[in-house]
Amino acid sequence: MFEKGNASFNFSMDDAVQMMNARDLVPKKILQLIEKDERIAYLNSDAMPEGSNVRAVSERLPDRVTDVGIAEMNLVGISAGMALAGKIPFANAFGPFLSLRAVDQIHTDVAYQNLPVRLIATHGGTTPGGGPTHYAICDFAIMNSIPNMTVIAPSDANQSVKVIEASVDYPGPIFMRIARGDEPQVYPDGADYDFEIGKSIRVREGVDATIIGAGVGVWLGLQASLRLEQEGFSVRVIDMHTIKPLDREAVVAAARETGHIVTVEDHNIEGGLGTLVAAAIAEAGVAVKLKKLGVPDEFALLGNPDSIYPEYGYDVEGVTNTTRALISPDAPAGAQG
Amino acid sequence: MTPPSQLDQKENDVTNPTTALDVDLELVEHLEDRAAHIRKQVVRGAYLIPGTVHLGGPLSATDVAVALYYHFLGFDPENLDDPDRNRFILSKGHNGVLLYNILADLGLYTFDEVFGGYNKPHHPFGMHPNMHYIRGIEASTGSLGHGLSLGVGLSLANRADGRTSRTFVMTGDGEMEEGSNWEAIMYAGSHGLSNLVAIVDFNRSTGSFRHGEHMVVDWKPAFESFGWDVVEIDGNDMTAVVRAFSQLPPVVPGEKGKPVAVISNTVKGFGVDFMNGPKWHLGSINDENLQIAIESIDRNKLARRSH
Repeated sequence: MFEKGNASFNFSMDDAVQMMNARDLVPKKILQLIEKDERIAYLNSDAMPEGSNVRAVSERLPDRVTDVGIAEMNLVGISAGMALAGKIPFANAFGPFLSLRAVDQIHTDVAYQNLPVRLIATHGGTTPGGGPTHYAICDFAIMNSIPNMTVIAPSDANQSVKVIEASVDYPGPIFMRIARGDEPQVYPDGADYDFEIGKSIRVREGVDATIIGAGVGVWLGLQASLRLEQEGFSVRVIDMHTIKPLDREAVVAAARETGHIVTVEDHNIEGGLGTLVAAAIAEAGVAVKLKKLGVPDEFALLGNPDSIYPEYGYDVEGVTNTTRALISPDAPAGAQG
Repeated sequence: MTPPSQLDQKENDVTNPTTALDVDLELVEHLEDRAAHIRKQVVRGAYLIPGTVHLGGPLSATDVAVALYYHFLGFDPENLDDPDRNRFILSKGHNGVLLYNILADLGLYTFDEVFGGYNKPHHPFGMHPNMHYIRGIEASTGSLGHGLSLGVGLSLANRADGRTSRTFVMTGDGEMEEGSNWEAIMYAGSHGLSNLVAIVDFNRSTGSFRHGEHMVVDWKPAFESFGWDVVEIDGNDMTAVVRAFSQLPPVVPGEKGKPVAVISNTVKGFGVDFMNGPKWHLGSINDENLQIAIESIDRNKLARRSH
C-alpha cells in the first residue's frame, strides 16, 4: 500500500490533535550530534537565552556553538566559512530574515560554493503572526530558484528531527523550514517510517484526488481527506517534505491515478510547492484539474495561522471544500456522502 | 614581539618612507620583482582581452597579495588542501585577474591558460574567481561584503580545531560601504579572533567616487572601536608591507586575542602612471598604451627601491 516509506498509518477523525514544537526538538538533536561529531557546528541569531541548554553548551564549546547576534548575513557567511574549513554548520534564524536579508550570502557563499551548510528557518510561513514583516512566505520560491539548494519543509516536529539526522552526510546545502512552534503532529508518536530526503511519503491512499502538502499543508490535507472520506470521497495525501528536488514521480503518478490535485502550503501560491507540482504535471503531459492553496500573491493581512489560513482558504475547511469542488463541482459544501 | 598597535606610528606613516633596517631586504627586493612582473602580466592580459578589465584595483593590491602568496602564507602549490594552511580570501573578487597571474607565476597555470578564452563558458578564468574551477582559490567571491564573514567562519573553525593558521581577507575600501562587513568586524572583535587579519586595500576610489567625495571614514578608530588592532601602512611600499606582516602577533592555540586590520594605503592603478582614479576601475589596454604601461611599471619599481 505504501510505495515509499514502510509505515502503515491508521488515521481517524477521532484522533486528538497533538501539538509539538520543532523549535525544541531540532536544537536538542543538533546538540546531541555536536557531542559525537566534531564536524558539527551550531550557529544562532539571538537565540541562546540565559539558562538554556544551548547557552551551556556554547560556554563549553564556544567556537562550535555560537550566537552571532541579530545579524543574518553574518550568520550565513560565517557558516559558509566554517564549511570551507570542513565543518557542517547548522545555522538557525527567523525564516523571514534568513530568506530575505541573507539571500545573497545563501546564494553566493553557501549555494554557489556548494557547501554543506544547513539553514534552519524557524517561524516559517505565517506562523510568527504579526504581519508581512515577520511572515516567511517567499522562502520556498527564493530557495527553489537557487541552484544546488535542497529545500525541505518537514510536516511535523518529529520529522524535522529525522531531517536533521538525514542531513549530516547529505551533499550540498539544505534549507529547512520549520514553524514557530505548537504545530500539529502528523505521524503518531513513535511512528517508525523511512525518511529519505527527496522521497515523498504517501500518508493516505486515495483514488478521487490527491492533496500534496509541504510543512503544515500535510496535516491540513490529512484532515481534509478524513472529512471527505465521511462524504464518500477517497483522497490521497502526499507528504512532500522535500520541495526541491521534487519527487516528480510521485506527483505524476498522483496526477495520472487521481486526476485532481490540490497543493497546500503556508506560502505564496506563486513559486513554491504548488508551482513546482503544476509544472511537473504539465511537463509530463498529464491533464488534471489542479488548485494551488496558500497565500495568494499579496502581502497577507495581519493575523496568525488561526485567522490567516481561513482567510485565504487553506484551513481544514478550506482545503476540504476546494478538494470536494475539484472532484465534484456540483456537490454542496459539507455534503455527507 | 611588539603588537601592531604599539608600533611606532612614525614607522608606518606613509609620508615617511622607511629606512628598512628591520626587514629582510633580500626578501623585499625579491617580492618587488615579483610584484612588478605580476603588474605587467595583468596589463598584458588586459591587452589580450576584448573589452574592459578591472585594472585599478588589481594594481593597487598587487604588493600585499604578492607578499602573502610568495612569502607569508607559506603557499604551497603541491599541498593546496593542507588543513593547516593559511588562507587568503579575496573579498574584492573583481580583482581576480591579480590572483590568476600570481597562481600562474607560482606554476599552477600558464599565462595562456589564464587568458585564452578568458571569461567565456567552459573556461575556468573570468572576471570573478570560482574556487571549484581554479586550484588555489579559497573562495568564490564577487559579491562585495562577503569575505570577512567567510574569514570569521574559517578563523572560528580553525580555533575550534586547535590550529594556529591564519585567515587573511582583503577588502576594498569602497567595499566597506557594505554593512555586512561591520557585522563580521563586530563579531570578530567581540570573540577575540586573533587568527583573522583583514586588509583594507585603501585605494581611495570606487567605480564612481574618490574617497572623501561622499563617504568619510577614519579606519583606525573605526576598527579599534570594535576591538581590533590596526596597522596603517603604505601598501605599495614592499618594505612596509613586509614589516607589517612580519610583526603580526603569534596565534596561540585556543587563546583569544585581537584580530588585526591592516589599512593598506594604496594608489589605484599603482605602477602605471596614466591609470588613476575611478575611470581606471575598469579599463582596456591598446597597442598604444601597452608599452607605456610596461615601462611605467619598471620605472616605478626602481623609484620605490631607491628608498
